[in-house]
Amino acid sequence: MSTPVAKPFIRVNGLRKVYRKGNQEFLAISDATFEVAPGELVSLVGPSGCGKTTLLKVLAGLQDYDSGEARIGSATHPFDPSRDIGMVFQQALLLKWRRVLQNVMLPAEILGLPIRESRERAGELLAMVGLTGFEDKYPYELSGGMQQRAAIARALIHDPKLILMDEPFGALDALTREKMNLELLNIWKRSGKTILFVTHGISEAVFLGTRVIVLTASPARMADNIKIELPEPRTLDVKTSETFGEYSRRIYHLLGLG
Amino acid sequence: MSGEAVRRYVLAILAHVAVIVVWYVFVSYGHVPSFVMPTPVATVAALGGTNYDWIGNTLVTASEIFGGYFLAVIVGVIIAIAFSWSSVAEAAVMPLLVSLNMIPKVALGPLFIVWFSYGIMPNTIIAFSISFFPILLNTARGFREVEPELLELVRSLRSSKWQTFIKIQLPSALPYIFSGMKVGAILAVAGAIVGEFLGSSRGLGYLMLQVQVTLDTAAMFMAVILITLLGVILYGIVLGLERLVIVRDARVK
Repeated sequence: MSTPVAKPFIRVNGLRKVYRKGNQEFLAISDATFEVAPGELVSLVGPSGCGKTTLLKVLAGLQDYDSGEARIGSATHPFDPSRDIGMVFQQALLLKWRRVLQNVMLPAEILGLPIRESRERAGELLAMVGLTGFEDKYPYELSGGMQQRAAIARALIHDPKLILMDEPFGALDALTREKMNLELLNIWKRSGKTILFVTHGISEAVFLGTRVIVLTASPARMADNIKIELPEPRTLDVKTSETFGEYSRRIYHLLGLG
Repeated sequence: MSGEAVRRYVLAILAHVAVIVVWYVFVSYGHVPSFVMPTPVATVAALGGTNYDWIGNTLVTASEIFGGYFLAVIVGVIIAIAFSWSSVAEAAVMPLLVSLNMIPKVALGPLFIVWFSYGIMPNTIIAFSISFFPILLNTARGFREVEPELLELVRSLRSSKWQTFIKIQLPSALPYIFSGMKVGAILAVAGAIVGEFLGSSRGLGYLMLQVQVTLDTAAMFMAVILITLLGVILYGIVLGLERLVIVRDARVK
């Protein structure tokens, strides 16, 4: 884990993004300011329209912004925008025409990484996400949870420093979701990646995050940046603890729900 | 093959045989005059007709259908690809093509004959023009309907335009290309035959007009069957290719 003096890996400062459609302006993000240390798993929580997906896209370099800054990388943790981002979306978005192993290989192919090593690594990653034996299946032969695990393996294949996850478990049933949360913590610990995890599930955000950044919609702004201190390793028991409840309540309040 | 699949095949074959049997019984025992409707046997026997040049005429029609269709697939897919690469081209050309598509292609037949003279060429062009649009429209739709997030995923890896095309866009569009090709296959057959009706000196459509005069209905039946067979072969080839190329789940239902 990172030491407290570690330079931030991500620095977002006064970020503002406005969508324009004709004469109409729609504020997606305003004054988002936060830092993420290397190896952190930071949850971004908020209702639809709070700009959390926009924020991820800005960091992924898929979207420009109007003012402020969004910088990734530091002297100790250099960042190459073309190969240090892994993305996971709400839909697994596996290529239907490729078998699971070939799906995991996609980023490696695009980046031109050595095929044989990547194939080996794909096998290891599939083992890590519990999909050994499914390498040669097609996506339609997998359950939703399994597809999402393959998508996570795909996000890791090129060994990126930053994983951006946009409601990755939002389409899964509640039980599978709990299970995937535990597995994600496991994967995060083992891989040491920096992860930004967008969700609208407050309990999921608290359970996973070393920190939770709370975003509100209308007005779209960053409401809080809460450091989460819960006993490690986090198990589902944590969810019934006093502290967990306090964190959740605080976020409910910020989102105008409590 | 599973038992279920076998059962379905058997039922399908039985239905076809049943129609032929009903046809036979209806004509033989219903005292239908043979110039109105020949028996299945008489229809097949028409193949023995001396001066109908079945093989030659079938080959002519086949080359019109396959030639026009092949051209339609190539041109349709290439234009759709061009659209996917340039939104300006799509915005400018697509509405024009949609307008052109409103023209009943068959109505152009007499013009095509003026422009491309008499014979195989104008009929091939009619087959082309009638099967081209569904192929183009479906393919263009296939390229448009690629999951935007999938494109973001590869863009986040800074993939080249070519990589995005060959790894994501083309395979995503393939099921749509095939669904357009299936529609186009049926239309190409109709286009070629109508072309032959309009003006031609060879081909199965031409032969039908010739034997109509002599009321050789059996030969007309046989010509229709051969035309249908050409369509079935073309459709079968497309279907076979689709099975070969596209994973089951990815096909457009």
